[in-house]
Amino acid sequence: MSAGTLPPDEQRLAVGASIQDTRGDKIAMACIYTALGLFCLAILYPLVYVLSASVSNTRKVSAGEVWLWPVGFTLDAYRAIFDYKAIVSSFGNSVYYAVAGALVATVLTLLAAYPLSRKGLPGKGLIMGAFVFTMMFNGGLIPTYLVVDQLGLLNTRWAIILPTAMAVWNVIITRTYFMVTIPEELVEAGKVDGCSDFSFFWRVVLPLSKPIIAVNLLFYAVGQWNSFFNALIYLTNEHLFPLQVVLRQILIQSKVDPSQMQDTSKLLQMQELQQQLKYSLIVIGMIPPLLVYPFVQKHFVKGAMVGSLKG
Amino acid sequence: MTTSTEARSSVRSATHKRTRTAQNAVGLGLRMRRNWQLYAMLLLPMLWLAIFAYWPMYGVIIAFKDYNVVQGIWGSPWAGMKYFDRFVESYQFWRLIKNTVYLHVYELVATFPLPIILALCLNTIRKKWFSRASQLITYAPHFISTVVVVGLLVVLTSPNTGVTNKLLGLFGIGPQNLMGDSGMFRHLYVWSGAWQTMGFAAIIYLAALTSVPPELHEAAIVDGASRLRRMWHIDLPAIVPVAVILLILDIGRILSVGFEKVLLMQNSLNLDVAEVIDTYVYKIGLASSVPQFSYATAIGLFRSVIGLVLLVLANTFARRFAKSSLW
Repeated sequence: MSAGTLPPDEQRLAVGASIQDTRGDKIAMACIYTALGLFCLAILYPLVYVLSASVSNTRKVSAGEVWLWPVGFTLDAYRAIFDYKAIVSSFGNSVYYAVAGALVATVLTLLAAYPLSRKGLPGKGLIMGAFVFTMMFNGGLIPTYLVVDQLGLLNTRWAIILPTAMAVWNVIITRTYFMVTIPEELVEAGKVDGCSDFSFFWRVVLPLSKPIIAVNLLFYAVGQWNSFFNALIYLTNEHLFPLQVVLRQILIQSKVDPSQMQDTSKLLQMQELQQQLKYSLIVIGMIPPLLVYPFVQKHFVKGAMVGSLKG
Repeated sequence: MTTSTEARSSVRSATHKRTRTAQNAVGLGLRMRRNWQLYAMLLLPMLWLAIFAYWPMYGVIIAFKDYNVVQGIWGSPWAGMKYFDRFVESYQFWRLIKNTVYLHVYELVATFPLPIILALCLNTIRKKWFSRASQLITYAPHFISTVVVVGLLVVLTSPNTGVTNKLLGLFGIGPQNLMGDSGMFRHLYVWSGAWQTMGFAAIIYLAALTSVPPELHEAAIVDGASRLRRMWHIDLPAIVPVAVILLILDIGRILSVGFEKVLLMQNSLNLDVAEVIDTYVYKIGLASSVPQFSYATAIGLFRSVIGLVLLVLANTFARRFAKSSLW
């Protein structure tokens, strides 16, 4: 391989490699590749296994014939999911909570992060301190519950969306992003042109901040999709339950309610299907976040880099 | 008005340092008025902070009261330290402390170094596609919910159909109900946690590694340093400051383990080791038929204060010995 055809960065590395790849280094690299490969397999195996089991014949799964690939392919388990009313409605609720929660939380985070990123705003340190302090100390479970209760939010969709709307950690990362990408000169230039803070934020800052907005939306949406504890304590109305609460009932507590089946002729198969329902439910519960995160993945390392700068 | 235009023009022409002095020369009130739109933006987030973060902090005083719904937070009679005394003297106390600290320390010792090692390995990989693919795969479990992870544990270790029992069967060991085995609870909790969080936790270290200048590596190569030596002497020191900060934060959380997951993994068979402070607070405070708000709040406050004290201690220690700290 001629070094001349490579881009400059790789070229340097390639030249370096030709100097230094001793036998010990080659062994070390081989070990690193093998270890990483094995670790990736260990992460993937449970996911692939559950996916395979969810589309396999129930008896084959029970008999332990499924190791990696589906045996006796069937989609019965997914049909059973669509027949189970609570799962369908809670799936809808979860989508609602994820979308609405992510929008509310991202708007709040941007509104908090931008002013706090501006140099020379009187009282900025104090406000920032008020935000950061909540990371180290909080009122705890019961007092928070009492606040939600007093606001009359119990058993409403707001109880899921509002109490966890803002994560201070995201505010800090977003603020640092603004400090790095919106130079003070740009703010001054905007002022000279008679741009108010509102219109500067709307017309200059937001268009420059698409990556951080995407990361915020993703984190909040995934957080809402995956959370179950708020629903557990704030909701008793089953029609408002998110998917995770129903998953917990069926997967972990093994509570399957026959009255939830629309087609009663299927009741007899229920016992057999229950085991299989577990696999397909796990798949349904984990697929949406797994489909979304790769699109934002490229921003993660950059985001962490920005977040680690002290501001 | 004239002063303000003057000030503004001087701001524009001044260098950065002089900008500050010019701004300070303008009165505080005027500077605040000029920035009113920024304060207006902060209004909603601060309202949220006041309601959902600081109002509960005020509510903490019910730990020192005999709270009842009718009289409310302020009207309920004072109880002094009664509930703290009751907790410290209760037979649950040492069991809860022991379970919580055991679980967290085991988790910390076993899983803290893993993301560091992973990041160092990922960083040495020169094949772009391999590095990108391993990152994509190792991040994945972070985006899976706690309920699903525990659900995975349940189906994978199921005595009848689980993979672990098929594996044990190969060695001639009969079916085991691992989820119901209190001896296995901590291992399952910690290692499934490692499976879930390790990849994503490596990100922050990978970010720290991007700050290592390539010249350092080149110089070391010329000096004949091997790959492993360069990892040890160049890459690792770049990570240490970040690692110290994360360690401090972790020590501050020593009494608050991953509460959702513990709650989900609990069953009647493993409760003797799986009951931790936070799950106990939930049970006596909200899940019980006779909720004891004041008692539960007192236990929660006890935990938070100890956490805060440990955080401060760890930070002081780190500042003195590791020269890297949170504040």
